Amino acid sequence: MRSDLVSGLRPTLLFTLIFAALLGIVYPLVVTGAGQLLFPAQANGSLVRDDAGKLRGSMLLGQSFAGDRYFQGRPSAAGNGYDALASSGSNLGPASKKLSDRVTADQKRLGADAPADLLQASGSGLDPEISPEAARFQVARVAKARGIAPDRVAQLVEANVQRPLFGIIGEPRVNVLALNLALDRQGGAR
Amino acid sequence: MTLQGWGFIALFVAILAAAAKPMGLWLFALYEGRRTPLHRVFGPVERGIYRIGGIDPHAEQGWRTYALHLILFNLALALLTYAVLRLQAVLPWNPRGLAGMNADGAFNTAISFATNTNWQGYAGESTLSNLSQALGLTLHNFTSAATGIAIAFALFRGFARKEARGIGNFWADFTRVTLYLLIPACIVYALFLVACGVPQTLASSIDATTLEGARQTIVLGPVASQEAIKMLGTNGGGFFNANSAHPFENPSALTNLVQMLSIFLVGVGLTWTFGKAVGNTRQGWAILAAMAVLFLGGVAVTYAAESAGNPALHAIHVAGANMEGKETRFGIVGSSLFAVVTTAASCGAVNAMHDSFTALGGLIPLFNIQLGEIVVGGVGAGIYGFLLFAILSVFVAGLMVGRTPEYVGKKIEAREVKLAVLAVAVLPLCILGGAALASVLPAGLAGIANNGPHGFSEILYAFTSATGNNGSAFAGLSANTPFYNAMLGIAMWLGRFFVIVPVLAIAGSLAAKKHAAGGVGAFPTTGPLWVGLLVGIILILGGLTFLPSLALGPIADHVTLLRGQLF
Repeated sequence: MRSDLVSGLRPTLLFTLIFAALLGIVYPLVVTGAGQLLFPAQANGSLVRDDAGKLRGSMLLGQSFAGDRYFQGRPSAAGNGYDALASSGSNLGPASKKLSDRVTADQKRLGADAPADLLQASGSGLDPEISPEAARFQVARVAKARGIAPDRVAQLVEANVQRPLFGIIGEPRVNVLALNLALDRQGGAR
Repeated sequence: MTLQGWGFIALFVAILAAAAKPMGLWLFALYEGRRTPLHRVFGPVERGIYRIGGIDPHAEQGWRTYALHLILFNLALALLTYAVLRLQAVLPWNPRGLAGMNADGAFNTAISFATNTNWQGYAGESTLSNLSQALGLTLHNFTSAATGIAIAFALFRGFARKEARGIGNFWADFTRVTLYLLIPACIVYALFLVACGVPQTLASSIDATTLEGARQTIVLGPVASQEAIKMLGTNGGGFFNANSAHPFENPSALTNLVQMLSIFLVGVGLTWTFGKAVGNTRQGWAILAAMAVLFLGGVAVTYAAESAGNPALHAIHVAGANMEGKETRFGIVGSSLFAVVTTAASCGAVNAMHDSFTALGGLIPLFNIQLGEIVVGGVGAGIYGFLLFAILSVFVAGLMVGRTPEYVGKKIEAREVKLAVLAVAVLPLCILGGAALASVLPAGLAGIANNGPHGFSEILYAFTSATGNNGSAFAGLSANTPFYNAMLGIAMWLGRFFVIVPVLAIAGSLAAKKHAAGGVGAFPTTGPLWVGLLVGIILILGGLTFLPSLALGPIADHVTLLRGQLF
């Protein structure tokens, strides 16, 4: 047993150093190099810039939209809402009074008939998407705030609906940031 | 539940069934130490590592040496990570100037990653520098996975060899698995993830101005390289707090499917490798069939419960399924399936918040871990855990029908049964003991986020996850405290190494035995009867041990919820 211990010390030390370098440094750097070369846009966070080149966010991350002029995402438990430094779900259990109270408060704000996903917080707090029903539900409000025809807004929503891959992988959904960017490009009163 | 949803589940199962043999064949080559096409690239690296490390890869080790060297190596790696986390502030690649981790947090995290648990008391994006993520954690994701597979190989040799003293060479097993499986697979996998939107950059964060004019600080880093091994190695420790629910870790329904497949891929392959190693692939398929029965049962319950939704919300006119804590792109089926997969394996990555699952939907992940994560299970850990139950099952079968306990050509005698019971007994000891202690001590109760029975579920889940080396959580629990960091750290260590040592002892004991004739006296271990017996033993052992605790947690939660009581 003692000789086993002694014979194990050298490989322990050297394997630790070798694999720390190989797996902890070389491997991430190789993937970074290849990723940056092959898929630079995705590797840097799928960032969105406006025409002036200003960084407006990431297409993959939800943003906080409070005003009526924009489509709004789902309730977020990330910091004070869509804080990318603090991704998190609410972690409220099904029988939580806080959960029921929050939902009731949101129903007052959005309307009693608000679609279910607009009333339930996402897992990450950064969900970039909502259901097509949740987008359609907001068409009238956004059209009114912008002073444009609801039909035009509804068309934009339908153009932004993404369908499940091969019909079974994923859910129908609308990327809120993409939809709002499209809205801004349409113009409408500021 | 929808037809589309069940179609998705069928697709998932079909892909895995098709992958079992090819994956198993590749693993078998590594098990045997055979040459693979990748030896052209990595052969010189392998030989160089042996030379520097002073290792003869052909030198057979007895089980004691194998176990001792394995533990020494894992201990050294844990110490390295502890140092990296503590010294984060003075080490390079920390552009946001994050402080070092405190002592109990670093103790917990180092053990957590060394034991393939990846329980995370901290929030990655606000706590760890890119160096800590890569050198501290990505490193362990590989080494703990390769360690698990090495142990499985050693146990396979125990069954396969006759009157042998050695069970292989730990250093060679570890190196081969890392070089010829994990590294190449993860490079390809990580690049696929980057193509789908997972960031991979040396940058640490970037500020954006949202459409409404607010500032959003976007945290970036080497995410894809960690994500790939996090799934393939059933580690589960996320780059971000929200883990695979975070769009940067799991950007689409397609990456979600691939992540779930990659959690199971190696484990499914190892069942085939086992059959091949003991000279009858039907032995492997029988194991996989028993796993499939337990898995699909769990999927059906969780998918049904989440689809049915939360009665408390139905009462205030929010119809439909339970979307609290779930992402739009995954939906109910993609989230339910993921929860069952990640807890059937010892992965512990989450793409939805288990704390917000319905009471019954959340019971299955908890029960999956309590069964010992032997439904496919963690890489290596799943199959060696399952084989412990196989040993107990042939023993019970022997008692019931008066037949000689034999399994795949080896007589199962008192020593193996005792060791198997010893290994299996760690689960109730740490889970029930730890949860009971935390439920009465103020320091334990202080962490609860949800009142009522759900609060007990949070504590029970934490000790279950730690002991089972899973790493998922009912994450409302505030576990980043000295009490929980210490208690859960100990539970993780015991849950890993107090299983590994008996398993290797069984390997050594079996390897030394003669081949048993089999014959009419032995219980057949390939047919449906055997599969049924295995499932029965696993459910009865797990059920008897843990049902009382489940009754206090999720079942009480469900019953009070049906009565409309909120907490």
